Amino acid sequence: MTYGYAGKIAEVDLTENKVKERSLDKSILLQYVGGRGLAVKVLWDRLGNRWREIDPLGPDNLLTAFTGPLTGYMAGVRICVSGKSPLSNGIVGSTASGEFPLELKCAGFDGIVVKGRAKSPVYVLVTDGKVEVRDAPNIWGLDGKETTQAINREVRGLMKERDPTFGLWREPGMLYIGLAGENRVRNAAVMQKWTHACGYGGYGAVMGSKNLKALVAKGTGPLPDVADPEELLNLQEKYYDTMFSDPQRAFWGTGAGAFSVGAEASSEPVRNWQEEWHGEKSIGVINFETRNWVKRYWSDFGCARACMKLAVVKSGPLKGAITDNPDYELGAYCGANLGIYDPDGVVYVSSVVDDLGLSGINSANTMGFAAELYQRDILTKQDLDGIEPKWGDAEAMGELAKLIAERRAIGDVLAEGTYRAAKKLSDLKGMDVTQYAVHFKGIEVGAHGIRTGHHFPYLGYALSVQGGDHTSIPRPPLSEALATMGDSLVICNMSLGRGPVRGLIWSFFKAVTGWDLTQEEWMNNNGRRIIQIQRAALLLSGPDAIWDPLTDDDNPHRWYTPLPSGPYKGSAPNRDELIEMRKKAYSELGWDQNGIPTTEELTKMGLTDVDKAISPLRR
Amino acid sequence: MCARRVRIFKPWIVRDYVKCTGCRLCEIACSMKHEGRIWPEASRIRVFMLIPGVEVPHLCTQCSNYPCVNSCSVEALSVNEETGAVQVDNEKCTACGLCIKACPGEIPHLHPDRTHVVICDLCGGDPECVKVCERAGYFAIFKGNRTASINYDLYAKNPEEITANLVINLYGEKGEEFI
Repeated sequence: MTYGYAGKIAEVDLTENKVKERSLDKSILLQYVGGRGLAVKVLWDRLGNRWREIDPLGPDNLLTAFTGPLTGYMAGVRICVSGKSPLSNGIVGSTASGEFPLELKCAGFDGIVVKGRAKSPVYVLVTDGKVEVRDAPNIWGLDGKETTQAINREVRGLMKERDPTFGLWREPGMLYIGLAGENRVRNAAVMQKWTHACGYGGYGAVMGSKNLKALVAKGTGPLPDVADPEELLNLQEKYYDTMFSDPQRAFWGTGAGAFSVGAEASSEPVRNWQEEWHGEKSIGVINFETRNWVKRYWSDFGCARACMKLAVVKSGPLKGAITDNPDYELGAYCGANLGIYDPDGVVYVSSVVDDLGLSGINSANTMGFAAELYQRDILTKQDLDGIEPKWGDAEAMGELAKLIAERRAIGDVLAEGTYRAAKKLSDLKGMDVTQYAVHFKGIEVGAHGIRTGHHFPYLGYALSVQGGDHTSIPRPPLSEALATMGDSLVICNMSLGRGPVRGLIWSFFKAVTGWDLTQEEWMNNNGRRIIQIQRAALLLSGPDAIWDPLTDDDNPHRWYTPLPSGPYKGSAPNRDELIEMRKKAYSELGWDQNGIPTTEELTKMGLTDVDKAISPLRR
Repeated sequence: MCARRVRIFKPWIVRDYVKCTGCRLCEIACSMKHEGRIWPEASRIRVFMLIPGVEVPHLCTQCSNYPCVNSCSVEALSVNEETGAVQVDNEKCTACGLCIKACPGEIPHLHPDRTHVVICDLCGGDPECVKVCERAGYFAIFKGNRTASINYDLYAKNPEEITANLVINLYGEKGEEFI
């Protein structure tokens, strides 16, 4: 008996229009657990021997959506979406909260793997023990909010038709894409609940490339049996005690950072990282809280923290915009990074990117990049189809987001993401604009800078197997394996990843699965194994971009430019020192002096196939 | 000293819809109590989220005339004298769905195993759902007294109708687009 798991996944082949069920092997679960770990295992097993040839936006790529063993049991519900990333050409475990994973599990599945490409737009519907591919001609083309409502209506109607005596049917859970994903914008997100994004990795584009509008689930079953129900109750009590006794209880969410990370830590993207400091009090959370929030605690199933808020623009030209919080990342990226400090403006831009299904971090990085090129007269109003993205102009930035999602005019180039757009624009404009692109291995960077030396580590993103993903960086003395833990159990970094409840993770894991696993074991074995496979895939990369560790395990040009303002004015890392630090880090990570995982390390991890696949990379 | 007559009220679960976070800890508590496991669709209280952000805790209001009880043709439903809650006799219930049709708010639903209907029994007067919501400090549902001055029958309302009001309350005119 495998406790905590439904025990099977659904495999959908959209080309053949076929569905298969596959049971999950206990020995695999013991090693890879779920979520990111399981995705890495499945992707490598299926695609590893021809990784470099696989086009992330071609039918051979896989899209995975996996739950974890703690889904629904321990504070919240997150899904981990993955595949070969159209941004990094490696593997990114991209997670977001919402009820889809709960519904999937209650329908009897731990995850879904989708391959192939449908002839016309479809969505996949999972109900109790049943998986079907349904035509979606009327849903394709709708924005995020319309999509949610259309699928709600259709699926609730369908359930009522199929089982009229049940009583009222509730809404299903769903992962969907907006226009950006449909148009294969490389930093399109996979969305849930209007505002929650699996943002890093560009998996919205992967869904779009498969003509897949949504994955939808409605289950009526219980969560799977657990190994020790009594202990689970005790742990829940402990967890509630801790969460409920916190007086702020995430009242502000992470959004409070939009002022303080800029004004105090001085590590916030300001106008495409030209600065990292601002003292704009207007973006302080007190203004959102008093002007925009219509719900002060918003949550997903099982989460006692409720750090989300619903924010609305109630009056003025931007009236009608709805988003959550905005949280820190979007406050920073759709705010300071675009020179916007007006709460209505930040809510508006966040709402536009939500509706288009763009990743708010990644696409707003690209928008900031474009706005800087406009500032420098490199991109013109004509290039931008009449849009003038002046810093601080929320309406213009909203239009810029639409230009990208619709791939109009220069939007077609920007839709390739910051890294690819910078390369192409350098050709088009006959000058090097890559110096303005702030990304790591194709993944636009999260909203946390390194230049002060006090915020994020100097070599965090540079060594991350998920590029610019701020949730997956090695933090000395701990490695990135720590991040794979949260993404494989698929738990929330905010409610569980930090603070006193963190210590409960392995107790919850044991109560649910019955398996003993310690953080030490995870860091040295399971998590580290996942990192090595991700590293191998990232270095193999291809087909359109291949990373060279000695060049690309580095910070972007801009981050070596001293900060021009604020309390840390003049501060920047010393590149020579970082290169020395990098040598030491390589050896700690089990990589050779060229950044390639060593045969010894991979053999120890039982990854001889990975070793074989990357041996041509060794010089 | 004069003795004061203390009037004992029946309990009623007060619902403050705007405050509902959608955390559904109430469903976890309810299904743990009644089913011994986490089982959202077996919960006697179900939070509908027909529009994101518009969460509607949906549960029995104990109508004054109990249309569900009256509709039952096999006497599977009865009223608990002490609490006023509707009690389901799972053995007698045939899962015919007549009570669901009779409820003005379509509140009851079948247990996912389809053998009987589920209706809130107020946990015998000390509802678990309320305890966790109060403990969390949300007070989207809280324990009140069934005082005489209120018409509780009005709360036997379909979640679509409640949603149509709430969405305007939260999102203003923009909310019209989602109804």
